[in-house]
Amino acid sequence: MSLDVATIRKDFPIFDRTVRDGKKLIYLDSGATSQKPNSVIDAEGDFYRFHNAAVHRGAHQLAEEATDAYEGARSKVASFLGARAEEIVFTKGATESLNLIAYAMGNAASGSRFALTSKDQIVVTEMEHHANLIPWQQLAARTGAQLTWFEVLPDGRLDLNSINEVISENTKVVALTHQSNVLGTINPLDAIVARAHEVGAVVVLDACQSVPHMPIDVKTLGVDFLVFSGHKAIGPTGVGVLWSSVLEELPPFLFGGSMIENVTMKSATWAPAPKRFEAGVPNMAQAVGLGAAIDYLSKVGMDKIHEHELLLTKYFLEQLQKVPTLKIIGPTDLELRGSCISFTVGQIHPHDLGQYLDSQGVAVRTGHHCAWPLTRKLGVPATTRASLYLYNFEEECDLLVEAIVKAQKYFA
Amino acid sequence: MMELDSLYQEVILDHYKHPLNKGLSEEYDVQVHHINPSCGDEITFNLSTEGGIIKSITWDGVGCSISQASVSIASDLLLNKTLEQAGSIAEVFIELMHSKGTKDGDPLVLEDAVALAGVSKFPARIKCALLGWMAFKDAAVRIKQLKEPDTRGSN
Ligand SMILES: Cc1ncc(COP(=O)(O)O)c(C=O)c1O
Repeated sequence: MSLDVATIRKDFPIFDRTVRDGKKLIYLDSGATSQKPNSVIDAEGDFYRFHNAAVHRGAHQLAEEATDAYEGARSKVASFLGARAEEIVFTKGATESLNLIAYAMGNAASGSRFALTSKDQIVVTEMEHHANLIPWQQLAARTGAQLTWFEVLPDGRLDLNSINEVISENTKVVALTHQSNVLGTINPLDAIVARAHEVGAVVVLDACQSVPHMPIDVKTLGVDFLVFSGHKAIGPTGVGVLWSSVLEELPPFLFGGSMIENVTMKSATWAPAPKRFEAGVPNMAQAVGLGAAIDYLSKVGMDKIHEHELLLTKYFLEQLQKVPTLKIIGPTDLELRGSCISFTVGQIHPHDLGQYLDSQGVAVRTGHHCAWPLTRKLGVPATTRASLYLYNFEEECDLLVEAIVKAQKYFA
Repeated sequence: MMELDSLYQEVILDHYKHPLNKGLSEEYDVQVHHINPSCGDEITFNLSTEGGIIKSITWDGVGCSISQASVSIASDLLLNKTLEQAGSIAEVFIELMHSKGTKDGDPLVLEDAVALAGVSKFPARIKCALLGWMAFKDAAVRIKQLKEPDTRGSN
């Protein structure tokens, strides 16, 4: 065992509590949000307790400390991703990061490589979370650009057969997820990035389900934008990240304090990135908490976390597939996937299954997982999803399986 | 298991396995389509009246046992009631769903629907139980517009 899960769990206070009349908590919903270690909870609290002041503004010691803590967190995120600090923008979450990109592109001056017209195309995929679909639908509607997409094959992979038609000479943006939050599919980026760059399009990567779970180096990925949410990476809610190597070319999205260079009654000019994209007093305590989360993950080691999750996913897939009528929705080949595992169990509706599992202390997510077009395409109105993280272990899988078998009897 | 059994009463599982009035009639006065955006459940609901009395309710849809049982119960309970009676039964049911487990429901008014009282202790499931009833309320409003057009003000 490369990861000492028992020791890790001691750092996460939530595992001390029980649910539903004294049942041990089996938390299999980290794909929705992860649990937090004490170091993260303390970092956020300590910011308020000891260093709270508006960053980049006050002429006093607390303001200096707050600025150091906030900018320190930015540097931690940057080195975690193999990036430079100037390339990191703090947002409220991945949803805001994606909206920021889409709105900023909508604000681009005509002639800029980001400006879209009715001749241009935006490419997404059928497996996107609503957060990486609707902002692009809306941008297409505002600019007249055409929205096209890669389809999903029945086995849960993207259909890349017609990649050269889907990404055409008119494509300006390709936005896709790194790992599907429903299927667990990890998308092959090389071919997509190569084709997008060949036609001069930028690639926006939704890394919500990959950055928390595997080592990521933005330079190796070759994408132009990458976003993730802190709360899925053992960090606080209310903070997300936008990384990009082309921020300097992009106009702002939100306007106000801190993002300006000069202001008169009639006009304003913008600060350089990343400040240009951080209007207003930012989410300082949350960013500092995210810094602590990254310290924690780095100390455990992202390669070790990844390896642990792969072993665990293998075990979950094997055990789950032994359950009669249980069907995995997504690839079963470990090479193609991560640790979000969706499934259906016979005719039991996922909502009913989830309710039963909850009565046994097992927390899963059920429904369309904010990827409604995907579940529609696959012909399953809803699925049950177990999503894993560094603090999960094999016996939890056995308890899940046991609870599913009991549910089958209950609803028989 | 007590909590769970209060949610999944026998009556509910029976309606789920053998739903009443499921399968859409070819003829209807109004048809509405409702969805539960949080879980993706969908229902199509056909309603017909004669002289203000509900003469037919048929429906089809996909959903969990709670949503399916709840429509099944409603489709039976509201039949042959006037739109006004049915509307007030729906209000009583909606109130029960928001009672957070403090009410049992009046079996004289709600009949089988009192079996859904346990749902009110599970906030995430209230919308499931209400899906069919909201479809009914919507259909009732439309049928009134269709059959009792407001003549005041127009000639
Ligand atoms: C793949 C994916 N993209 C985007 C999001 C949106 O993240 P958030 O709600 O934190 O902004 C999520 C979270 O549910 C996700 O799983």
